[in-house]
Amino acid sequence: MKKNHFGRALCLTVFLVAAMAFPAWGGEVIKIGVIGPMQFTQGEGHWNGATLAAEEINAKGGVQVGDKKLPIVLIKVDSNEFVSLPDATNAVELATSRYKVNFLVGGFRTEAVFVMQDVAMDNKTIFIGCGAAHPKLCGRVKADYDRYKYWFRVTPINSRYLVKVDFILLGMVAKIMATELKIPKLKVAIVAEKAVWCDPIVGIAQKNLPKMGMEVVGVWRPSPVATDVTAELSAIQSSGAHIIFTSFSSSVGITFAKQWGELKIPAAAVGINVEAQKDGFWAATGGKGNYTLTINTYARVKITDKTIDFFDTYRKKFKEAPNYTAGTYDAVMILADAITKAGSLDPDKLVPVIEKTDRTGAPGRMVFDQTHDITWGPGYVTGVGTQWQNGKNMCVWPLNWNTITYEGAVPYQLPPWVVSHYKK
Amino acid sequence: MIQNIIINGLINGSIYALLAIGFSLVFGVARIVNIAHTAFYMLAAYFIYVGCHHLGMSPYVAMPLSIILVGLLGVLSYKLFINPIREHEAAVLIATIALAMVIQEALLISFGGHYLGVPPLVSGYATIVGVKVTYQHLLAFGVAVLALIGTWTLLMKTRLGLALRATAQDREVANLMGMNEARVAMLTMGISVMLAGLGGAIVVPLFVLDPHMWMHPLIMMLAIVVLGGLGSIKGSFVGAYILAFAEVLVVFLLPMGAYLKGSVALSIMILVLLIRPEGLFGVAFEEER
Repeated sequence: MKKNHFGRALCLTVFLVAAMAFPAWGGEVIKIGVIGPMQFTQGEGHWNGATLAAEEINAKGGVQVGDKKLPIVLIKVDSNEFVSLPDATNAVELATSRYKVNFLVGGFRTEAVFVMQDVAMDNKTIFIGCGAAHPKLCGRVKADYDRYKYWFRVTPINSRYLVKVDFILLGMVAKIMATELKIPKLKVAIVAEKAVWCDPIVGIAQKNLPKMGMEVVGVWRPSPVATDVTAELSAIQSSGAHIIFTSFSSSVGITFAKQWGELKIPAAAVGINVEAQKDGFWAATGGKGNYTLTINTYARVKITDKTIDFFDTYRKKFKEAPNYTAGTYDAVMILADAITKAGSLDPDKLVPVIEKTDRTGAPGRMVFDQTHDITWGPGYVTGVGTQWQNGKNMCVWPLNWNTITYEGAVPYQLPPWVVSHYKK
Repeated sequence: MIQNIIINGLINGSIYALLAIGFSLVFGVARIVNIAHTAFYMLAAYFIYVGCHHLGMSPYVAMPLSIILVGLLGVLSYKLFINPIREHEAAVLIATIALAMVIQEALLISFGGHYLGVPPLVSGYATIVGVKVTYQHLLAFGVAVLALIGTWTLLMKTRLGLALRATAQDREVANLMGMNEARVAMLTMGISVMLAGLGGAIVVPLFVLDPHMWMHPLIMMLAIVVLGGLGSIKGSFVGAYILAFAEVLVVFLLPMGAYLKGSVALSIMILVLLIRPEGLFGVAFEEER
């Protein structure tokens, strides 16, 4: 009997060791770690975009690697980067060491992505960034190619280009206000959450707006998580601003839009408001965020032949519009194409293939520059400007910009209370 | 600008006062440092969201229901987590931190990190001496003032209030005089948490809901009660307005440093404590005790 017990215990041990040693998916697969703050919208976007791509690829039998087809297995890696940077480091270590992922896609906060990038590079794991906009992330590729060549970024366009689009949108609204409301010299209030990424935008705006013929009446820097900005809005109204140039990536974007609409502050809000990119913005502001204009990545317009299909499929499956972190869809597609072309999962063989990517993706034509950053500009990825118009987030830019108009784009609308205030 | 500062300061101060007074009450009466106070405030806000968005309730029904539900949860938490360790004040403090974290994580799992909102009970705004104020802010101000008056009346004009004050003055003597001190503490916890719930109910249409929304008011509330004198209701009331006005002044006088409004308010607290370590009304409170 004793011997029997020993035998059972031995069998059980062997079984457990085997189960731990060979992950549940078994067989030969392509493991892609999707890393992001999974409890938050940004992480959900990462996961949803990658899921859509993996399902599409696996439905066709997987990725062609040489003479065999391998399925994609996605591994959800919660970086918890909003709450804790050390968690993000642990998460990427877990992905590379424990799960031994072949590739990584995702990342959101620049501070966290710098660390993730280093861990991925240590392991020679190709990492396609889909969230952090800081130019330095790609600058590292140029500075130390051998080490950082495994890093690419597909979304968003880097912050230099974000600023460019930001000013294009501001210029568009300024032109409309000057023409329609006959305001000879426009006054602009700059409202930017107190975060590092906003500092250069504020500096550039203070310097450039006077050159654009506008007067800066003040700069307000609320906390990114401020729960009440009525005092700021009262001060802005007192300053006589016609336009509020916004830079928000956090919850203050909702608070601001909600109270701006409720108080009917007679100034058009334009700029970056990440929360306004999401479907939930309308409900979160109780509809008071109507007429908010923000930079965006996706809109239900024909940026390319794939945009509307992607947008509709995503919305049907996940019951919301894609936010920019859903760029993991194109990241996974780019990886799959490169693997097929290289016929290998070897990162050193894949890097030169990915560098030559020229893909018509949902946000535009995707080509990497020499820093492995996505190329911005007419004919490539431009980003879009979207404005909430009666419950719908409509694309209002590009519309006759550099000969580009995305089919489905509509004209920008000034908030009616702004029009009535200045047409008195 | 002065009228902007006065109006915004009064409104924000009343909301802070509502939170701080509930916290002060339970500390003054039962010596419970309830760090989970603002987590209950958050919970009430989420209950209202669920009632309105998922159960199709009118906000007028969801709000009182949420306040009652949160009050009951407060009493339950007291029975389960606080009462068994009440004699150890540091343990209570740590237990309530844990409770707050549990509530935060439960909301994070249930709702994710999405920012949510509830529409205002009354839309639109009024212009008071040239300053635009939303009706919802005015409503919040009115309800906060009424709740503060109600709390004062309860404490000063009712037998329960007498028991609460007696217990606050001397628990042992109150016990010897036939008052069930444990029951008084439990009732105080219920009332205190209901005040937090009321705070949550009146600000939910103004603020954005997220599972970390309890942190900022917690810091402000602690600053207010320390500034006013721990356990002093009068002190909390005055402290709330001082810090609210300090915040508004920063926004108007130092727009580039608007994000500093919380830090400036906390610095004022430190300055006052350097001069009066017991807080503004600490001595008066000791006399009351």
